Amino acid sequence: MSTIAATTEPNSATTPEVPQSPNQRAMARFRRNRPARFSLIFLIALVVVVVAWPVVLTVVNKLGTGGHSFALAHDPDTLSDRAFAPPSATHWCGTDVHGRDLFSRIMYGAQISLLVGAVGATVSLVIGVLWGSVAGYSGGKWDGFLMRIVDVLYSLPSIVFVIVLITTLEGKVKMAMDHFHSPALTHASRMIFLFVGLGAVSWLNMARIVRGQVLTLRKRAFVEASHTLGAGPIRILLLHILPNVAGVVIVYLTLTVPSIILYESFLSYLGLGIQPPMASWGSLISEGAGQINTVRVYWWLLAFPGATLVITLLALNFVGDGLRDAFDVRGDK
Amino acid sequence: MYFIRRLLISIPLLLLISFLSFVLLHLAPGGPFDRERKPASPEVERNIARKFHQDESFTKQYMRYLGIGWERDDKGEIHWFQGGLIRGDFGPSYLYRNHTVNDIIAAGMPVSLPLGFMAFGLALGIGIPAGFYTAVKRGEWQDYAGTFLAVLGVCIPGLVLGPMLVVIFAIHWRWFPVALWGSPMHVVLPVIALGLAFAGHVTRLMREGMLNVMKSEFITTARAKGLDENTLLLRHGLRIAILPVISYSGPLLADLLTGSFVVEKVFAISGLGMPIVNGSLNRDYLMVVGLVLLYATLLIVLNLLVDLAYLLLDPRVKYE
Repeated sequence: MSTIAATTEPNSATTPEVPQSPNQRAMARFRRNRPARFSLIFLIALVVVVVAWPVVLTVVNKLGTGGHSFALAHDPDTLSDRAFAPPSATHWCGTDVHGRDLFSRIMYGAQISLLVGAVGATVSLVIGVLWGSVAGYSGGKWDGFLMRIVDVLYSLPSIVFVIVLITTLEGKVKMAMDHFHSPALTHASRMIFLFVGLGAVSWLNMARIVRGQVLTLRKRAFVEASHTLGAGPIRILLLHILPNVAGVVIVYLTLTVPSIILYESFLSYLGLGIQPPMASWGSLISEGAGQINTVRVYWWLLAFPGATLVITLLALNFVGDGLRDAFDVRGDK
Repeated sequence: MYFIRRLLISIPLLLLISFLSFVLLHLAPGGPFDRERKPASPEVERNIARKFHQDESFTKQYMRYLGIGWERDDKGEIHWFQGGLIRGDFGPSYLYRNHTVNDIIAAGMPVSLPLGFMAFGLALGIGIPAGFYTAVKRGEWQDYAGTFLAVLGVCIPGLVLGPMLVVIFAIHWRWFPVALWGSPMHVVLPVIALGLAFAGHVTRLMREGMLNVMKSEFITTARAKGLDENTLLLRHGLRIAILPVISYSGPLLADLLTGSFVVEKVFAISGLGMPIVNGSLNRDYLMVVGLVLLYATLLIVLNLLVDLAYLLLDPRVKYE
């Protein structure tokens, strides 16, 4: 492979508009990847819409066209008599068991699902990168010790770990919360446990990947040069090694977000996730799944939240794959 | 030698895992017998705790679980612990009264084993040919379509797929039963719900492996020698390209055989996935530890088999 890359290098250097740095080349490759590009645009649009939606809702309601006249302007928490209304012009995705507009519930749930994905992935990123880089850089006994811990945690089913973690934290905080009597605070703390719990079970792969990268990087000449010049281990790690790991970490991070969103939906299904009246895509899906019976099928309760979840996961995966292909040196040809 | 050493290492590893999960569960607040409704009197509560040895120290409980050690009765006589892990006894379940953990595992196995193996078969049966085909057709529409379907499969969680399958194929068209387990017709929907996501994973791994192999030098050499393309890819390429799938299939099979909560709940099947989740939620200590040990043992054994398969398939691999 290296020979092919070496022979094409001078040719491409002769054309002036070819970007020079590896990161620029990676970005150029990413832009050429059409599914990945569309997925990224879709995700950005989704985030913008989800963030702007509460604002739009209040504005529209202030203008007086809200309520039942305009499809987008239903409040996600307002109950009505029209339970189980099928999708229509006023309720784009139908209504649920309490007559709440499903479209607005999905938008409302998107806030939490996306937030859980982003924050959970960040938590896993922080733990994984710290753990992996310390193990890879110190090497020897410490490396063996830290990675054995990862191995052991790997063979514990993560669901047991998550359940114990979330219920333990909850028990501890419930005692502290008794002084405050604030439902908002309880909700907030519950979400924080979810972030911590999901991040805490998702960092193992990240640690392994980062450790492997650091292990090969620390033997490289530029690291040894820096070491000879008297740089300390922390400086070397932060300045020389971690920037080189960043590409792999970003790729893996985009693939962790969908897996965390999925995990949250599973926890919501167990009743350990977001509590009503709040919603996440997972809790909406499990509500929909709960309404299935052989007499009447309220398909929209399952189909719309499910489709939203699947499309978002699909987009995240395409972006992750696109980034991986873009940063993969073997694709340099 | 290498494999014997690995087997020997796995014994302390399993002990460590059992100890860790034991500690972990005891750290969680509440106990197995905390209910909304308290027992009739403190005496009853004490008797229950005494019967299940909940009043003993943590170390003693763990040693009793292992079945190593002894205790003195009121008269000062020494009794060795009966049962315990070393005698193959996983202890009683607190949640499902009058059942031992061995009972629960024995009841779940006949469901979880076939379900897991069939889902595994589905994942490999779709994934390997699909991955091979998309790699061979790289850059053509078949590749794009196949890869898209694979990613789609990965992205549809059992949580969505299971109920959707029920609505479409069981309630609307009435081709298959809605739930339960028994006849061959009952098997179809749960197996698809469980296995389809993994079929997507396997497809992607297989495609990647195949693409790497097609770029490698031994294939170029074989092609230069004039081997025809089909023999080349099927006889020489496949056995190397399948290695990532083999690595993945060890943990996958361990996962599938120990049951899936979602699929079991959606289709009202009683496998091993429900007890582990319910056990964790209700502090059924011994049941969770037992099922964790089952999973860990499967994982270790299957990973060992994976390494053996590497030895058979790839002539370059040697274990010291």
